[in-house]
Amino acid sequence: MFKLEERSSAIEIKDKIQVELHRGANYPHRLNFYDKPPLYDVSIEEFETSALDRLRILAEIESSAARNRTWEETKTVTATQCEKYLPLKSSNAVGADRESQRRIDHLGHFVLRLAFCRSEELRRRFIKAETTLFKVRYETDDTTEREKFLSSRDFNWVAVDKSEKERHRQELSTYQGRADTFEADRYYKVRWTRVPDLVDKRKVFVKGGWAYVPSREQSSIVYQEFEAHLQRDLLVTARYMPRLDEDTRLGGILDNLSTGFLAGVSSEWSAAPADANAETIRADMVDDLAAKHFPMCMRNSHQRLRKDHHMKHFGRLQYGLFLKVLGLSIEEAIIFWRKSFDRINDDTFNKMYKYNIRHSYGLEGKRANYPAKNCQQILTSGGDPGCPYRHFSQENLQSALLSTYGPLGLSSSDLYEVMNTVKGGHFHVACTRVFEITHSSSGVKKGEGVGGGESVTHPNQYAARSMELLKAQEEKAMMVIT
Amino acid sequence: MLAFYRRLYPFKPIFHWLNHEPTPADLFVKREIAFNLPGEVIIRYNSFNDHDEFKKQVCKLNPTRFEIGPVYSSRPRDRKTARPGTFNPTQRELVFDIDMTDYDPVRTCCAAAAICKRCWAYIAAAVRVLDAAVREQFGYAHLLWVYSGRRGIHLWISDKEAMGLTDDQRRALVSWFTVVPKDEGKRVNVRFGARGLPASLQTALDHLAVVFTELVLYDQDCFASQAGYQALLKLIPDSRVVDALETKWTAAPSASHEKWDDFKKQIKTYKKGTPQRAALTAAMEDIILQYTYPRLDENVSKKRNHLLKAPFCVHPKTGRVCVPVDPARIDEFDPEAVPTVAQLLAELDAVAESAEHHSGLCSHAHGQVCAEGDRIVDWERTSLKPYVEMLERHNQGIMDEMRNEKRGAGKLDILFACGRLIVRRYVVVTLADVDISPCFLSLL
Repeated sequence: MFKLEERSSAIEIKDKIQVELHRGANYPHRLNFYDKPPLYDVSIEEFETSALDRLRILAEIESSAARNRTWEETKTVTATQCEKYLPLKSSNAVGADRESQRRIDHLGHFVLRLAFCRSEELRRRFIKAETTLFKVRYETDDTTEREKFLSSRDFNWVAVDKSEKERHRQELSTYQGRADTFEADRYYKVRWTRVPDLVDKRKVFVKGGWAYVPSREQSSIVYQEFEAHLQRDLLVTARYMPRLDEDTRLGGILDNLSTGFLAGVSSEWSAAPADANAETIRADMVDDLAAKHFPMCMRNSHQRLRKDHHMKHFGRLQYGLFLKVLGLSIEEAIIFWRKSFDRINDDTFNKMYKYNIRHSYGLEGKRANYPAKNCQQILTSGGDPGCPYRHFSQENLQSALLSTYGPLGLSSSDLYEVMNTVKGGHFHVACTRVFEITHSSSGVKKGEGVGGGESVTHPNQYAARSMELLKAQEEKAMMVIT
Repeated sequence: MLAFYRRLYPFKPIFHWLNHEPTPADLFVKREIAFNLPGEVIIRYNSFNDHDEFKKQVCKLNPTRFEIGPVYSSRPRDRKTARPGTFNPTQRELVFDIDMTDYDPVRTCCAAAAICKRCWAYIAAAVRVLDAAVREQFGYAHLLWVYSGRRGIHLWISDKEAMGLTDDQRRALVSWFTVVPKDEGKRVNVRFGARGLPASLQTALDHLAVVFTELVLYDQDCFASQAGYQALLKLIPDSRVVDALETKWTAAPSASHEKWDDFKKQIKTYKKGTPQRAALTAAMEDIILQYTYPRLDENVSKKRNHLLKAPFCVHPKTGRVCVPVDPARIDEFDPEAVPTVAQLLAELDAVAESAEHHSGLCSHAHGQVCAEGDRIVDWERTSLKPYVEMLERHNQGIMDEMRNEKRGAGKLDILFACGRLIVRRYVVVTLADVDISPCFLSLL
């Protein structure tokens, strides 16, 4: 299915020819039904990045659904996310590299197909998210362009002719359309099974199993067609998957992508802090910061550390890296851990823990600069220390949330909503909601998330945004005073 | 129970009904049958090769009843050998369940599990509306209505398209037919803005208006009691009218049809063409729908893998057999006249006795043969006969269509073969010689 960089020469030559043929008017429309797989060479890097960028958007769409956003909100959020990660300009946009944008869109879609064809559950979620994305694009598409796209495909509908329309005039007019425009309105006839959503809302006239769809609702047919098409193709892809297992380079990437759907794609949160937070963080500030700005997982780590005066390896790793990225320097980190482990003597500490701390800062061993764990890693870590939203029992989580965030404005009446999302398995949504509630005093509204409607995907993202908000507020207060 | 399964249960017609053709096909072989044994034990995922095997197992387990599930992608009994994720429902009759309990707020004669001829009229109205709507709007033809044995009725639709519907499509269909809101106290809301009723409901309303007068106003007398007319008042959107009616009705008791007339008079106090009058007329139509439109048990229809009690099973509480019902004569149907198992077995005994009387001279061996021959048609000698025949007629329709379809496919094959021959160019002469062309043409 995919022609990768290093394929045997014979095939390559053949593909070259094909590629030549394919380029040119490769993507005439902004919308794509993804009929043809990408038949060109793709570098591993492109393979991964195109998919990751697309996954970010799909994950945002999923969480929009979980957060009960209205269609308009979903549309705006998705559109801004698309602009950021996967721009796709219309055919008459000036100065945009349309071909390559559409190529990436095309490629990303097919890579994700590979990652999500494996189980019924993944397929279902993928189809839902992809269809929503298609809907967003369809609605934001230029009218003439959409018209062109529609005429480029055969949707297998029967146009209702004048005499038939006249015959059912009475019935049709009880559904939609106004009497004065009836003459001009066009209707299309399809089997009702193709427009279940319209039947569901009793929006069309149905007779003998045929639904009379007005041109205004034509999009329903298109969406349904897209969905059915994707469903069929995913099943075919699933059947061919075992052949791909031979390629060891792709297996890992694909596995990674499919787990990515669980927690949303994580943002890499390693570069920003050093320069963003000009004032460095000192060991004695951590207590205060934890109370004000940390997400539940890190609050939990901090509380346990204070209670037990000790922490096991993976806990230290998760929490330590979080603090590192937050801006705690190595010297401060050693002071912090030394003070925290106040029941052991210097000697044991130096022998047993110091190396480890220095290692995580890239000063020992292979000297790697380890990034902090993101939500996805924490969620899938298995629960020690893990993500409280996922790994705590429900009663435990409720009381922990109340005692932790009560001072910041979380009341028991908010719990119901949070617990509902937890029950639905949308842990990052629950976390985001808690962020919104506890930061409502800084003007964060429901649905805004950690800025621009984004969900929490990284504990450092949570903390950094929280600190940012406080700073902005303080600055404002200062302005007022002076 | 065992005797009923052994001698009376029409396994073969049921097999034909599920299978759509005389020889066992996927529709039967990959079909799930679930047995309910005494003590709430359910054995799921049984499947059988043919009706004999099916019967044998039923007689062996002697279940209180059994239920029919979907056709799966592989045999349900072999599901553990299927690759994980590949064992899924593929086809299933489209089923509807109408249950009397959903009508409790609008019936005055009985409550909960009880049912009488009077409240059956609600079911009868629902059957008429739903039967007509499914045929007319969705174009399905193979509808089998089955009495559920106590206080409800099931509808099984065996059309090919209906069998293949996905869960989403089923959900859409159910919601198309859901008019009366589940939540009591909510009004019927089916209009788009100030428009009239959607065409699909307008036809139903024409029939239901008659039912409403006869059943709700006269027979059930729904608005006689205080709770009854309070419920009615809640559905009227005009506070002036509500106040006027309330003072009148609390002052003196009156019958439902009088109250309805009061309501109509109140509507007429507004001039024709005013928005208030239009709103109240619409409300009147909505109230009729609220009281009489079919109330479906949605969960039965929405998912393909929902199990539903097979026709001709016996209802454990009442002992009545779940017999097919003719929708054209639904008004005459009396649930209390449906045969019970005990009654049927008694009929059989009576027949056997009289037969013994007549063939007293028969040799023992001969008698055995008689018994063997008789067993096959045992149900023919009881009051179960008309019901089984009804199912067989229904099956005939399904099987005819299946056969025609196959023959159609066959025709194409022949056509294709001929086409190939002609392309090869050496049979053209032969065709003319033996004069096949007319019959070839007739095949077309």
